[in-house]
Amino acid sequence: MAAERQIGHDSPMHQFVIGRFGEFHVFGLDASLSKAAVFMFAAMAVVVLFLTLTVRGRALVPGRWQAVTELWYVFIADMVKETVGGEGRRYFPFVFSLFSFIALCNLIGMLPYSYTVTSHIAVTGILALMVFLLVTVIGFQRHGAHFLSFFVPKGVPAPLLLLVVPIEVLSYFMRPISHSVRLFANMTAGHTMLKVFGLFVVQMGVFGILPLALIVALTGLEVVIALLQAYVFTILTCLYLNDAIHLEH
Amino acid sequence: MPQFWLEDFIPQLFWLVVAFALFYLLLSRVTLPRIAEVLEARQSRIASDLDKAERLQAEAREALASYEATLAEARNTAQTLLAERLAGVTAEADRKQAALAERLQKEATAAAERIAGSRERALADMSHVAAELAQSAVERLIGVRLGVAEARAAVAQGGGGGG
Repeated sequence: MAAERQIGHDSPMHQFVIGRFGEFHVFGLDASLSKAAVFMFAAMAVVVLFLTLTVRGRALVPGRWQAVTELWYVFIADMVKETVGGEGRRYFPFVFSLFSFIALCNLIGMLPYSYTVTSHIAVTGILALMVFLLVTVIGFQRHGAHFLSFFVPKGVPAPLLLLVVPIEVLSYFMRPISHSVRLFANMTAGHTMLKVFGLFVVQMGVFGILPLALIVALTGLEVVIALLQAYVFTILTCLYLNDAIHLEH
Repeated sequence: MPQFWLEDFIPQLFWLVVAFALFYLLLSRVTLPRIAEVLEARQSRIASDLDKAERLQAEAREALASYEATLAEARNTAQTLLAERLAGVTAEADRKQAALAERLQKEATAAAERIAGSRERALADMSHVAAELAQSAVERLIGVRLGVAEARAAVAQGGGGGG
């Protein structure tokens, strides 16, 4: 197994190898620590420490750092309020956690020699599945079997329903896939591209200055994408929550 | 692609679930309420300040109204006082003028009476003198000594007959 899993250090894909720091099992589950686990905890620690330390003063007139925290909080609170409405308040901590985790994983991944947790489909897939399960449970909890009417659009002629209902069901189950692949693909593509241009810099000698300039520009773009994809993932979560809470289709 | 190495899926799932559960609990129980508290404190402070400002403004408006009322009242009082005084002064002047006119009238009347008295007295004297004159004239002309009464009657008759 290990033999065919070897990837050269000069491969653009090498950055996505998470490795493992020894084998470790919990209740028979493979819980080996890896780069992925370390950076997950790092991102979460950064979020918790930043949020806690910046509002420690509880200043009435916020300083620079407290303003960042408040802006961050209000940004997500407004997003939830606008897309889900008043009933969304209960899910605000979940949405906030999701956004903060993804945003910080993406941003930490932009640091040299670091690793991007969200570049693995395993991670984004679990996050998307979590959202999918939560939304489905909320839907059935709130509306019972009536939630199934979500798949039957109003005002569609009966014969067409034969076609529309399966499409609706399929699109519902496609949600976690598109939700997770969007984030994973963006992160993987961005980091792979940076690495490829990085290899060009080495190979082109003096002319490597050209791809180097490109890398500088692309790094800026990737920082924007890091935040944008966290936002997209979060707003989609809000939209799905809204669908489940307000059964209007 | 290392992303599809299946043996890495379970460890990532395990740690993600553990870490995210911990993260969610920490944020929802401790960190987010603390931030909400700070925001609410500011909100309530702003609300109370606005409230206070509104109250003070109302008070200022009230004070201005009462000041204006006082001013109007003072002006009214001054006007009535002035009018009263003016009326008093006018009445006094009228009264004095009337008194003066009366006194002048009285004096004029008295003077006229005095003049009339003097005239009568003068006339009486004159008829007396005329009677004496007539007595002496008749005595001299015809040597008849007229009585005083006769002479007076004759003078009075002559005077009355267009003398």
